[in-house]
Amino acid sequence: MALRTLITRKALRPVPIGFRGLQTFSLPDLAYGYGDLEPAISGEIMQIHHQKHHQAYITNYNKSLEQLDAAISKGDASAVVKLQAAIKFNGGGHVNHSIFWKNLAPISEGGGEPPKSTLAMAIDNNFGSLEALIQKMNAEGAALQGSGWVWLGLDKEFKRLVIATTANQDPLVTVGPNLVPLLGIDVWEHAYYLQYKNVRPDYLKNIWKVINWKYASEVFEKENP
Amino acid sequence: MAASAAATIATPLQCGLLSSQGFSGSTRILQLKKNEKRSVRKACRGLITAKIDLSPPPYSLDALEPHMSRETFEYHWGKHHRAYVDNLNKQIVGTELDLKPLEEIIVATYNKGDLLPPFNNAAQVWNHDFFWGSMKPGGGGEPSGELLRLIKRDFGSFEVFVNEFKAAAATQFGSGWAWLVYKANRLDVGNAVNPRPTDEDKKLAIVKSPNAVNPLVWDYSPLLTVDVWEHAYYLDFQNRRPDYVSTFMEKLVSWDAVSARLEAAMARAAEREKEEEMKKTESEDNLTNSEAVEMYLDPDSEDSEAT
Repeated sequence: MALRTLITRKALRPVPIGFRGLQTFSLPDLAYGYGDLEPAISGEIMQIHHQKHHQAYITNYNKSLEQLDAAISKGDASAVVKLQAAIKFNGGGHVNHSIFWKNLAPISEGGGEPPKSTLAMAIDNNFGSLEALIQKMNAEGAALQGSGWVWLGLDKEFKRLVIATTANQDPLVTVGPNLVPLLGIDVWEHAYYLQYKNVRPDYLKNIWKVINWKYASEVFEKENP
Repeated sequence: MAASAAATIATPLQCGLLSSQGFSGSTRILQLKKNEKRSVRKACRGLITAKIDLSPPPYSLDALEPHMSRETFEYHWGKHHRAYVDNLNKQIVGTELDLKPLEEIIVATYNKGDLLPPFNNAAQVWNHDFFWGSMKPGGGGEPSGELLRLIKRDFGSFEVFVNEFKAAAATQFGSGWAWLVYKANRLDVGNAVNPRPTDEDKKLAIVKSPNAVNPLVWDYSPLLTVDVWEHAYYLDFQNRRPDYVSTFMEKLVSWDAVSARLEAAMARAAEREKEEEMKKTESEDNLTNSEAVEMYLDPDSEDSEAT
């Protein structure tokens, strides 16, 4: 499954815990240096975002998985249920950020270059133009209260592109099980505050200069062979 | 500045709406809470609108250095809090929410969880005012008096309370707040009346809330809060929320403010209790004494029935 591949790419050898051989996760590397997305996103933000925030989600996700494993083995139903919030939050954080790093690329590597071919056509069909898509995503991202993400997704069932927002670290699949994330933009304050402070709209305007449309196209084409 | 903004936003249609409610001239008919800052102004053709004001923290913007930087205040108060105030005013001017006390706006727009658009701004205005007041220069240390007694009673010890409060602040996923509150709901059941109320029913509790939600919507009395939206600590602590909350507890909390709020909350709870008692006895009296009316009889008066 595409999602599982994403999670385990670059992961260390699974560390068996107990009889079940519980697989834990580790921080995926970025395909570029922390400073390579400047001036759109500062190196300081990229380093803290990757090494502190994403790492913390992974650490806590692994912890919750171990606790879940123990609860399942003991047959402790209420403990299993109680862990769901932490799993959704930390696991979601790991899933979302793993996608996010691939959604970004230095300008020298094609960051900001508009999509071509089938994805470009789909964007025009669904939104009228790339500019219209960007405007809509920026509006939804700016209006999001609190913490969350704004997504460009593919609805596999209805074969159309959708824009959606999710709260906190909820992955796109929580909006609809047939939604595949093509692009996600993190609008948690940690994603932009050191550089843009309270002006989230400026962050949203500038991030498009380093958006990696090549990756989004790859995912899109895989679902639409 | 903001007054003229309010004036230009109210449209003739909204003017019509409000004047049909019968407000006249410059009569001030607001019931404002003590210290609530509102500016009552005329906006368009005699329409009265009560703009919410942005109050500064009760200390200068650099007074909490080095624990909370001036730069943080410049953005947190100067941009975020100010934006909530400005945006709320735009949303309520000319509507029936205008002229209502802020706490009423909050409860009304909470709408039992189905949030109406002004809720986020209204609650965040209140939350930030309350947060600034929860801190003071040279804060921290330990509470005393009645507050400390209740903390020990309801948590076991001050240390246990601090640990629970820090844990709540650390585990509020995403944006939000952690609170110390005073609950005086008697029995925690909507329609039931506690037949044997004791002081034990009135207790301190720690709660956490997401985004703009605050304990007013649950009918609790907030006593203390810490803002755990990332904008509250990112410039000073980056991702290190636990360090921020520890610093808040050790160096910034104004226990004086918390004690004063507790006193007010307990007085309110006592008053409510009295009102409920009176209502109860009144309705009992009405059932048994519907005919009896006490009259002061003056024997010398012509009206007296005494002979």
